[in-house]
Amino acid sequence: MTMMTEDDLHALADGRLGPERRAEVETWLAGQPEARAKADAWRAQNDALRALAREALDEPVPERLIAALNPQRQRWLTAVAAALVASVTMSAAGWFGHAWYAASGSSGSVVFAAKRFARDAMAAHVVYSPEVRHPVEVAAAEQQHLVQWLSKRLGTQLKAPLLQAQGFDLVGGRLLPGDNGARAQFMYQNAGGERVTLYLSAMPKNATTIPTAFRFENNGPVSAFYWIDRDLSYALSGDLQRSRLLQLSELVYTQLGG
Amino acid sequence: MDRNSIIAHIPRLRRYARLLTGDAHRADDLVQDTLERACIKWQLWQPGAEPALQLRAWLFTVMHNLFVNQVRGKAYAARRDAVSMDDIDIEGPVLDPGVRLDLERALRQLPADQLEIVLLVALEDFSYAEAAILINVPIGTVMSRLSRARKRLAELMDGVVPTKVSRPQLKVMK
Repeated sequence: MTMMTEDDLHALADGRLGPERRAEVETWLAGQPEARAKADAWRAQNDALRALAREALDEPVPERLIAALNPQRQRWLTAVAAALVASVTMSAAGWFGHAWYAASGSSGSVVFAAKRFARDAMAAHVVYSPEVRHPVEVAAAEQQHLVQWLSKRLGTQLKAPLLQAQGFDLVGGRLLPGDNGARAQFMYQNAGGERVTLYLSAMPKNATTIPTAFRFENNGPVSAFYWIDRDLSYALSGDLQRSRLLQLSELVYTQLGG
Repeated sequence: MDRNSIIAHIPRLRRYARLLTGDAHRADDLVQDTLERACIKWQLWQPGAEPALQLRAWLFTVMHNLFVNQVRGKAYAARRDAVSMDDIDIEGPVLDPGVRLDLERALRQLPADQLEIVLLVALEDFSYAEAAILINVPIGTVMSRLSRARKRLAELMDGVVPTKVSRPQLKVMK
C-alpha cells in the first residue's frame, strides 16, 4: 500500500479515485477517524455547493446571451440590450416586475419570477424574523418616518397595514436589496411572539397592472402568500397555519387595495 | 463553430458565474462577455476526442481569463461582499435556508482564486488535471488551493472566523 496523502482525501471526496486506490484509502481511513471525518465533510461541502444556484440551470436563457453568439449582430444587439436594461432600471422596476410584464409571452419565466419573488420574501423572513436585538432597521415608534423612507426608496407611496385585529402589532421595517430596485419589509409580532413579515416591491411605472390571485408558496416551516395589486407586489411570510396566513393576507389586501 | 452546442452550455456557465460573482446580473454580464469572446476566438478551439467536454472546458477557460482580468478591474467582483437576497434560491431538497445563506456568505469571503478552484472541482466536476489546464497553473497549485479553500469554507461555516475578512488580491499566473 502506498502512502496516504491529503490529496487522496480530496480525490476520495470528489470521487476521483480508481476502484483499487479507493479501496486502499477506505481501508486506511477505517483506523483514522479524523481523516475520515474530513473526507466526509468535504463530500458534504460538495453536495451543498451543488444545491446552490440550481435555479440558474432551469431558467430560460436570456435573449441577450443567445444574441452574444451571433458575431455580426452582437455589437448593436448588445447596445440595444444595454439600453433596455438601463430603461428598465430607470423606471425603478424590480426584476420581478420586469420579468412579469416584459416576458408576459413566456409563462415559464412569469411563474419563475413570481416564485422567485416569494422565495426572496421567505428568505428575508427567515433571516430577520428570529433577530432579537435588531429585527428591524427602523422601529414602529417612528412609523411615519419609516413609511416615508421606504416609500421614497421604492419610488411609490407605501402604507404599513394595521393587523391589530388579528393580534399583530407593527415592530418596524427595513430596506432590502433587489436586483434592480429596493424592496421593503414590514415586520409584525403578536403577543405569543409569532412574527410575520410583509415584503414589497414596486412594479414598473408604465406597466399595465393585472391584479393576481393570492398564490401560496412554502419552504419548510415558512410559508408565504403573494400577490400583485396596482403598482406593488406583495408577499406575506410567516411560520403560521395556511388559514391564518391567508386571513392576514386578506386583511392586508383589503386595507391597502381599498 | 456549432452555435447550438455552445447554447447547451449556457445554463451551467450562468450557474458557475452566479456563484463566482455572487450577483445574478453581474454573472450574466460575465457570461455574455464570455460568449462574445468565444465567438471571436473560436478558431483557437480545437475539438479533440471528447468534443463536448473540451468545448465546456474551453468555455470555462475563456470565462476564467475574463474573470481574472476583471477581478483586477473589480468589474465583476465589486459586490462580492454584499449578500443580495435575489441570489439565494431557497428551494431544493438538500439545504435549509439558513445553511444556504451561510454558505453563500462563506463563498463570498473566499479569496477569488480559492473560490474558482472549489467551484470548478466541486460544482463543475472538472478533474484536477482539467482544472489545472483551465486556470493555467500546475496541478500542485490546484491541490494546495483546493485544500486551503475547503478548510477556509469549513471554518467559515462553523462561524469560527469573524464575518469580515480582507480578501487578498488575486495573483495572475502566467
